[in-house]
Amino acid sequence: MASAAQGSLPRYVVQRLLLMIPMIWVVVTVVFLLLRVAPGDPVSASVGGRLSEEELDRRREALGIDRPLWQQYLEYLGDVARFRFGESLSDNRPITSIIIDNGGATLTLTLGAFLVALVIGIPLGLVAGRRRDSAADVGIRLFGITSYAVPVFVTGLVLVLLAGGTGWPTYDIASPITKFQVEPVTHILLVDALIAGDMGAVGDVLQHHVLPCLTLGLLLCGVFIRLVRVNLLMTMKGDYVEAARARGIPERYVVRRHAFRNALVPLITVLGLQVALTLAGAILTERTFNWPGLGTQLVDYLNARDYPAVQGLVTFFAVIVVVTSLIVDIVNALVDPRVRY
Amino acid sequence: MLSRLLGPIRSTTGTARWLLVAGVAITGVFVLMALLAPWITPTDFAQRSVDGVKLPKLASPSGEHWFGTNDQFYDIFSRVVWGARTALTVIVLSVLFSLVIGVVLGLVSGYVGGWTDRLLVFLTDALYAFPSLLLAIVFSFVLSNALGGGVVAAALSLTVVYIPQYFRVVRNTTVSAREATYVEAARAIGAKDTTIMSRYLFGNVVQSVPVIGTLNAADALATLAGLGFLGFGIQPNEAAEWGYDIERALDDAQAGVWWPAIFPGAAIALLVIGLTLIGEGLNETVNPALRRRRLQEVVMPARGLATSGVAAAGTADGTEGER
Repeated sequence: MASAAQGSLPRYVVQRLLLMIPMIWVVVTVVFLLLRVAPGDPVSASVGGRLSEEELDRRREALGIDRPLWQQYLEYLGDVARFRFGESLSDNRPITSIIIDNGGATLTLTLGAFLVALVIGIPLGLVAGRRRDSAADVGIRLFGITSYAVPVFVTGLVLVLLAGGTGWPTYDIASPITKFQVEPVTHILLVDALIAGDMGAVGDVLQHHVLPCLTLGLLLCGVFIRLVRVNLLMTMKGDYVEAARARGIPERYVVRRHAFRNALVPLITVLGLQVALTLAGAILTERTFNWPGLGTQLVDYLNARDYPAVQGLVTFFAVIVVVTSLIVDIVNALVDPRVRY
Repeated sequence: MLSRLLGPIRSTTGTARWLLVAGVAITGVFVLMALLAPWITPTDFAQRSVDGVKLPKLASPSGEHWFGTNDQFYDIFSRVVWGARTALTVIVLSVLFSLVIGVVLGLVSGYVGGWTDRLLVFLTDALYAFPSLLLAIVFSFVLSNALGGGVVAAALSLTVVYIPQYFRVVRNTTVSAREATYVEAARAIGAKDTTIMSRYLFGNVVQSVPVIGTLNAADALATLAGLGFLGFGIQPNEAAEWGYDIERALDDAQAGVWWPAIFPGAAIALLVIGLTLIGEGLNETVNPALRRRRLQEVVMPARGLATSGVAAAGTADGTEGER
């Protein structure tokens, strides 16, 4: 989309893939420098006071943080390029196994939230756009503004308080028994429970998903309502809609056949842009519901001043954002013939 | 300059105006709370006892403690009101910082062009693509170590997050305005680059900034509260911060104790909504794709007694239909 030059889809994909590398490089560099600029070194910050001075020095040497900054930086870049993210300092877990063990919970949370947002957001957005300035429009827009504006942890807390007396699960991804019984295969608890064929466990996990997914979904739903509404308003002004009207096609067909579909295409692009928002929302949602996902891990490691773990996880988040936006752009190019690559 | 910034507000109509008014009203209440905090609160924001008597822990709302007390023996009403001061200070500081830096960088980048431009665009795009909360977390983590925390450190860590948005808008409008005839004319009569940027381009480029500013203000508040909620924001003895208070209230909420969570939560929600409404209302009027202008009053010359009434009735209605 960047250049108007003629090209083929494969070439576009390769171009975008190559562009991805500098994007990730910038983020990795910023995070690396920031964490190094911060006073105090990671070893004494994370395990200082608990170990002897010699042991601390030995650890610093093992980590290589006694060497010049540029050497560490180049080495870190080399490691990232080979997908080696190192180990956490505080509990010696490889970053990749943190991602595998806890990524599943974040994945099902965000997918569930997207589902909630699509199911609620699109119909409401269409109604609001169709009946501009009616009471329904104003109501739906206020709902959209509110659900987007209210921080996820406030929404989450209200849901927790509402569920208070009912005994509905408001904490963690599953009850302890389910967690104990289900054998980890894919590390995505829902899938593992399905593989085990334990329907009781599946039900338990799904129940635990309801409130967190609703919380995060309401945040995204605000974005969708607003977007669908504005897009519909814009497409309704399009020449082809006017042309359809001029041909005498009844208004409801004009709206349904001509305007709706085109109003939904930009949604794909925006889905990609929302990945960053979703991840940020997921961190807060996870914290609210004590969800064992990557966000909770990141916060724990930040509190433990565990620099390698923080660096690894932040890099992983950056990669996820860049990769999903790439995928979205490619899908968009396939779906919408107007997109020139 | 001021009339240019306030112009969009006057030309609003219908729903947009209603949104604006509601937003301004809600925000106004919080501004009052922030200004009057020392006089309307019974205790200071970090005060655990009154006249040597320790405040009760987790007391439910009553005549003495309107919103109850929390698990740190703080009076929640005082915390909420003082929190408005913290929130608004941080918002104003961070929006101002990022606005100034973003606008100046955008103007220079768009006007100078070349490699400077490409590099800055690339850097800000990379930062923009990144989850803003995560960026703010990393920055506040570093800044609180470097500056020892507090309101300014929090404002600065939010600043970094919002610079790219101003930069993008200002840079893009500058690039398109750079080749306009009036700029060419200015250059032809020998105006210096700095003069062109400050006198000719600035006024034309800065018009969309208030909208971004108000929308950012809402977002900045949510991010600040998010930082506090995760434990990386302002500490409770430095200032009252709603996000932190909610984090403290999480366990109590799981146990069904609602007041420590619900009051700061409502405060955040209301102020964010107020600021968002202002931004939405402005956006509706500034964005040409959404704009509906107020009809201009047309005064027809009176030709006879019969037609003059019709002319008046036809133009009085401010809300127009479909164009």
